[in-house]
Amino acid sequence: MLPHWVILLVSFGYLGLLFAVAYYGDKRADAGRSIISNPYIYTFSIAVYCTGWTFYGSVGRAAATGVGFLPIYLGPTLAALLWWLLLRKIIHLSKVFNITSIADFIASRFGKSMKIGGLVTIIAVVGIMPYISLQLKAISLSFNTLFHFHGIPQESGFFLGEDTALYVALILAVFAILFGTRHIDVTERHEGMVAAIAFESLVKFLAFTAVGLFVTFSIYRGPGDLYTEAMQVPELARLMEMDALPGGYAAWFSLTFISMTAIMFLPRQFQVLVVENVNEDHVRTATWLFPLYLFAINLFVIPIAFAGVMQFAGASVDPDTMVLALPLMHGHNLLALFVFLGGLSAATGMVIVESIALSTMLSNDLLVPIMLRLKLLRTEGMGGVLLTIRRGCILGVLLLGYLYFRLIGESYALVTIGLVSFAAAAQFAPAILLGLYWKGASRSGALAGLAAGFVVWAYTLLLPSFAKSGWLPMSIVDPGPFGISALGPYHLLNLTMFDPITHSVFWSMLFNVGFLVAVSLYDRPTGLDQLQAAMFVQGSRASDTGDTRFWHGTTRVEDLKGLVARLLGVDRAERAFQSYARQHGLKFNSDTVADAMLLEFTERELAKTVGAASARVMMSSIIEGEALSIEGLMRIMDETSQVIEYSRQLEQKSRELEVATQELQRTNERLKELDVLKDDFVNTISHELRTPLTSIRALSEILHDEINMDPDDRQRFLGIMVKETERLTRLVNQVLDFSKIESGAVRGIQEDLELTEVVQEALATTIQLARDRNVVITNQLPSGSVRVTGDRDRLVQVVVNLLSNAIKYCDDQAGKVHLRLVLEPEEVRVEVRDNGPGIRPEERERIFEKFHQLSDTVKGKPHGTGLGLAICKAIVQNHGGRIWVEDNFGGGSIFIVTLPV
Amino acid sequence: MGRLPESKRRNERLIALFVAAVLALNFPLLSLASVMKNFWGIPVLYLYLFFIWALIILAAGLTLRNRRETADPPEET
Repeated sequence: MLPHWVILLVSFGYLGLLFAVAYYGDKRADAGRSIISNPYIYTFSIAVYCTGWTFYGSVGRAAATGVGFLPIYLGPTLAALLWWLLLRKIIHLSKVFNITSIADFIASRFGKSMKIGGLVTIIAVVGIMPYISLQLKAISLSFNTLFHFHGIPQESGFFLGEDTALYVALILAVFAILFGTRHIDVTERHEGMVAAIAFESLVKFLAFTAVGLFVTFSIYRGPGDLYTEAMQVPELARLMEMDALPGGYAAWFSLTFISMTAIMFLPRQFQVLVVENVNEDHVRTATWLFPLYLFAINLFVIPIAFAGVMQFAGASVDPDTMVLALPLMHGHNLLALFVFLGGLSAATGMVIVESIALSTMLSNDLLVPIMLRLKLLRTEGMGGVLLTIRRGCILGVLLLGYLYFRLIGESYALVTIGLVSFAAAAQFAPAILLGLYWKGASRSGALAGLAAGFVVWAYTLLLPSFAKSGWLPMSIVDPGPFGISALGPYHLLNLTMFDPITHSVFWSMLFNVGFLVAVSLYDRPTGLDQLQAAMFVQGSRASDTGDTRFWHGTTRVEDLKGLVARLLGVDRAERAFQSYARQHGLKFNSDTVADAMLLEFTERELAKTVGAASARVMMSSIIEGEALSIEGLMRIMDETSQVIEYSRQLEQKSRELEVATQELQRTNERLKELDVLKDDFVNTISHELRTPLTSIRALSEILHDEINMDPDDRQRFLGIMVKETERLTRLVNQVLDFSKIESGAVRGIQEDLELTEVVQEALATTIQLARDRNVVITNQLPSGSVRVTGDRDRLVQVVVNLLSNAIKYCDDQAGKVHLRLVLEPEEVRVEVRDNGPGIRPEERERIFEKFHQLSDTVKGKPHGTGLGLAICKAIVQNHGGRIWVEDNFGGGSIFIVTLPV
Repeated sequence: MGRLPESKRRNERLIALFVAAVLALNFPLLSLASVMKNFWGIPVLYLYLFFIWALIILAAGLTLRNRRETADPPEET
């Protein structure tokens, strides 16, 4: 038997060691060399999930139900598989929004709502209270077992007295206060605390495994031996099948489900998983290592339970204490002491983290916003007040737990109390999960869902616990209030097929999810709500997608700094603003008006300490002007977009005008050009007309004056006159001709004709002209026939024109003209090459214009009327063909006419 | 169809693993193991549960093993 003073000395020694670990962790953090930035420490800190309930209660539950304790650890294993997807998103969002607790997280998702933060806090405190009382019960139970085992009379007058639990609560409160409220900035992680928790997880694991090994291999000869003996005991053999589980497979499933939610959404789990997370990538290791921890710590639960039942057969030993009783019974006092420390580790770890998490929620999401609203709390010197509030909350939470323990605790086994809390934590799951993946989940919906789920939970689990403890008449539970069994908390609407936990989980989830979805579907969320919803669902990484657009009005930088200073102290505020200014390359004067980015920065700085909802209240207290509504925002955007639209239209108009002006200018140029051309033409025509007229007149005057002229001369003169008049006629005809073709008056005769004949006729016509000028004409015609549709005479005219031009312009000495007819699939080409001086590229287009003449030819003076090619072009176009000119390699040019076949 | 990026493929594996694990650890598959028999002296039900459990842990570890990839941002699902 251990003397009491040894037990107490060891207990306090152990707590002292924890302090040392935590102190070391904090020191290292302050020095910037974090020891908790490590996936293994992270995983061990998550193992705060295994509480005194795991340590003592699992064995108790195994002794009663066989594998009934397992869903509580299989659920987290399943949930861990989704951590890589789900938890990383939550961690990421929490870092973006400086989330301090689960209440803060849910409130932030639903428009930073104060009401939701408050409701979540209330649910958490009421729901977790039984769980804290459970730890107190576990610790006092283990003390009493150690003290009173075998009914050895206790040493009298010992100062711990009767009320172990109260002292335990008080000591733990001191512990939590020392760890949890060193800084007021709660997003600065509690590194020391995490280090201590991880250490405790190691201790409880080693202790439990030690007793497991002792029982299995020292009391029995291995697991085979143990189970074989157990098979002989009917009540144990019964536990080797699922039938032993009260509630059967439905209970198995519902326990798995609430454990899945509990591992993430119990306030303390959220604290270590999310708030204390250093690096998102640590989740990778935790996903398999944490289930492995659970696996290992549960390996010996059944052997210990069976051994206990067999060893204590007939003796009245509480199954919850068998872990401790077994080594004691076999006289291994040191092992018992180690096991006791393991249990102490499990319980204290949970209580410390839970009370810190709850106190943060209580102060940030419930008390501070209310006090700010009611103006009970002035923002001056708020930092100190906050710390006091938080410390008070820790003490309050632990005392509430103690109260519940005194009122209820004695009447329940450990596991049942824990499951009541699990069912409460499950109420957060719909709001978080739907909130993360469904943008439509609205603030009112979440509020309704949480409230409905909480009320159903309280009615179906909390209320009966009071009745069972004798504080309310048992008739409320059975048959039900006012004797109506349909209202009975354990069988609502006479649903009797489930055990109480499954029954409560079913109804509360039904109401929770139902209200959340139904109300959301008929809700019209405000702008801020929609913005937060979108950011949470998208898991947006960009930190500049804040909601600062919702603040407007003018606030001086000095005022903002003052606000932060009240909370964090002047020095830290000054430092924060200076580093902000440095980062953004700004310089603040005392009168500088804060921009939206700075407002956002300030709000987040505040949120780090007091949570999102309180930060919003504080900001609105100093910002002049209301937070901008989405409607206002929309109006501004509408106006802006209208202005933009107008200016765009104006721009377009002016662009159109410019285009029109340019077109006008071009037309004008053309007109001027044409005018010049026309003048030239008139000149040319006059000149052309005058030349023959002059010669006719001169000759006729000679004939008139010289009556006795030599008849030969007279004949010659008359011949010239005839020729000149012919030329005049031709000229006049051409002008008329052209204007007819131009105006489209002559469509020409459409007949089927042989193009080779046309070309040959033209060749025949020009052969004389060529001979006169010593030009050699060659040609290349296809052997077969080339049929086109058109006006024969007009086409002859075109070819003649091209040929005579070529003859006129080709080389003086050795003129060569080559005519080629090429048949292509869809058209026929007529090419006329000469070896003249060629046509300059800029002229090539324009020679087909009417009145245009090659002014700069070698021969100096224009030859024709300036209409020939224009007529050709008009004719060819009338036939649906094209005409253009190209360079003839080796000098001269090629005129090309294509006609459709 | 092109190859999925490795991170997306891993998410799919995890979800599939989750579904498989939920099925293996619940009715009706679980009921198949609920028999009065021993293997090496250990009841079949316990063997089954702990074996599946170990398998899940192993699969999760293998799925997330590749450390070469740095943590990528949480994906939309």
